Amino acid sequence: MNTNLERFSYDNTIVRNFIYATVIWGVIGMLVGLTIALQLVFPVLNFADFGTFGRLRPLHTNAVIFAFVGNGIFSGVYYSLQRLCKARMYSDALSKINFWGWQLIILSAVATLPFGYTTSKEYAELEWPIDIAITLIWVVFGWNMFGTILKRREKHLYVAIWFYIATFVTVAVLHLVNSLEMPVTFLKSYSWYAGVQDALVQWWYGHNAVAFFLTTPYLGLMYYFVPKAANRPVYSYRLSIIHFWALIFIYIWAGPHHLLYTSLPDWAQSLGVVFSIMLLAPSWGGMLNGLLTLRGVWDKVREDVVLKFMVVALTAYGMATFEGPMLSLKNVNAIAHFTDWVVAHVHVGGLGWNGFLTFGMLYYLIPKMYDTKLYSSKLANFHFWIGTMGIIFYAIPMYWAGFVQSAMWKEFTQDGVLAYPNFLETVTQIKTMYMLRALGGALYITGVIVMAYNLYKTALAGKFIANEAAEAPAMQEEIAHKGEHWHRWIERKPIQMLVFSLIVILIGGIVEMVPTFLVKSNIPTISSVKPYTALELEGRDLYIREGCNNCHSQMVRPFRSETARYGEYSKAGEFVYDHPFLWGSKRTGPDLHRIGGKYPNSWHYNHMLDPELTSANSIMPPYPWLFDRKLDVSHTADKVTAMRKLGVPYPHGYEQTIETEMNKQADGIVKNLAKDNIKVASDKEIIALIAYLQRLGTDIKVKEKTETENK
Amino acid sequence: MLKYIKQHMASIAGIEIYPVISFVIFFLFFLVVALWVVKGNKDYFSKMSALPLEEENK
Repeated sequence: MNTNLERFSYDNTIVRNFIYATVIWGVIGMLVGLTIALQLVFPVLNFADFGTFGRLRPLHTNAVIFAFVGNGIFSGVYYSLQRLCKARMYSDALSKINFWGWQLIILSAVATLPFGYTTSKEYAELEWPIDIAITLIWVVFGWNMFGTILKRREKHLYVAIWFYIATFVTVAVLHLVNSLEMPVTFLKSYSWYAGVQDALVQWWYGHNAVAFFLTTPYLGLMYYFVPKAANRPVYSYRLSIIHFWALIFIYIWAGPHHLLYTSLPDWAQSLGVVFSIMLLAPSWGGMLNGLLTLRGVWDKVREDVVLKFMVVALTAYGMATFEGPMLSLKNVNAIAHFTDWVVAHVHVGGLGWNGFLTFGMLYYLIPKMYDTKLYSSKLANFHFWIGTMGIIFYAIPMYWAGFVQSAMWKEFTQDGVLAYPNFLETVTQIKTMYMLRALGGALYITGVIVMAYNLYKTALAGKFIANEAAEAPAMQEEIAHKGEHWHRWIERKPIQMLVFSLIVILIGGIVEMVPTFLVKSNIPTISSVKPYTALELEGRDLYIREGCNNCHSQMVRPFRSETARYGEYSKAGEFVYDHPFLWGSKRTGPDLHRIGGKYPNSWHYNHMLDPELTSANSIMPPYPWLFDRKLDVSHTADKVTAMRKLGVPYPHGYEQTIETEMNKQADGIVKNLAKDNIKVASDKEIIALIAYLQRLGTDIKVKEKTETENK
Repeated sequence: MLKYIKQHMASIAGIEIYPVISFVIFFLFFLVVALWVVKGNKDYFSKMSALPLEEENK
């Protein structure tokens, strides 16, 4: 044994900075969440074009996922990694670049999303220059992490570090694959993939963003901070190994459960279901391992607020990961999908698991790094209770709203017609639940603000230890001996660990995606489906800019209740030119895939000007700016060219005829509106949007028409 | 409804192989890890699980 102790210090400053960022962005992200929750009850709160629900909802999700939880991950990883490796972070400069780079990325999200610069792909809404910045900063994080691991003084890699490595590798793969896009301008791009393929890639990403951004890094933190807070080793290290490999292996397959009953090929849907059910085992393995770590110290849970937060976090994790597999059963999904049930589900995970584990970690870290006691355990207990009440007041009304609305959507009268043919009726029915949800959110945020105050006072009372002195013997070169176990070989070698994790997660992704991309017959083409006209393409971009897809799906599922309400169910072949796909994931308003031709142009005109003109008590905001602004056609030709490069068969030279064709189509709409006594200039944005909405889902109607004509 | 699923399923040659491959890969992997964990050395596991607590006990 080497007895030469090496002296070094842990960098606490970077941890503290990330903690500040976690708290500040947490409060901001949650306030945006509260705002959009209130907008659903009081539509008047959609105060400006940059303040509508459609534009703020992506800001909320990005802020809480990447700003709140993201900074939380970095806080916890930068603290625990140094201690588990018995080494200071590899480079203080890289730590700083990681910190400031990440905050700049968040600021650029704040500066783009509310102004309509979005790719529309959920949790990947940021436009391509920001995507590149994310890639660079993520590489900096990985570089710093691996540098630290390589110069560690502890031979073995504790299980928490495995989770960090898997997180780094998988997030990198997910981000790169899902962000492939064709830039048109500095802040506009089109997804490389179209329709069904785009949907598959997006939900492979979306689901694994939950898995590898909200779950695996936090499990790593759990494996470090729960034993620390309880001052006992983890219940079963054996279980943690099984937990790790099974979790990362199975999670990557489960994405298609977001697309059940859609136009995604059925075999891919079934694969998603099977793996989602299997996921229950490792998830609960992890939860039990965390909770059982507290065996024998449950008396401490009554007094120690850190443990209280962690117990509720683990319980919420257990509930959410039980519910997830249930939601991916096709019969449950048929009821839950597109409703507030899913919103409840993610918030049990987000508020309970991520939120409470973060709070527990912060209450543990701040007093420790400031070498003092927590300013007020009374306030911390208040936070615990008001936060728990907040989760309950959030989740229960949302479950209720989900059940009620879904039942109303599916109810038929004895005569065989829909009992609630007016979608709006099913919305007004659950408005009270929306109000209660906002109350739950408000309670939760109150707790977070109290925590911020408590931590601030704690920091004031203590003295910050910027560089925590430590000592450890240098690591000895270990010579591999014959017959040693392969897993220990991996554990000693972090790079092997990385490669192994990468292989494990790639298997699932490849088996799912390669057939969908290579086997042409997976997406039967429909000859009558044609590319959008230039005006419709511009209208589609307005639909994306306003974030319509946050409340409206474009996917009629093959159920009687849906075909009776919306029309013919959606076919895979109808989306082949949709870069990006716009299927949506939530129906706060009705599905729009068959909206084309359903109402006259004047209906859309009035509805967009003031939804209450056509639909009393609608909670949709008005869009008056679409009527003032001229449609920006300066990039239309570039957009068409970009689409052609992506494989959309626009005829050659189409760019030259765009102007005449757009004017012709726009004039047609204007003339049609004039019949209903509406006077409007043909160059306004609303005209393009109407053109797009009237086109939606009509291509197969053309086919039916020609078929009947031919008879 | 069933026709719709069948049409997709039938359109891919050898479709049944995908779920089978995925299950076999996963199951073998799981077996290997489980075997190792069961056969593993007890001292090693207790040493590993004590890692985060070390600095407190120095």
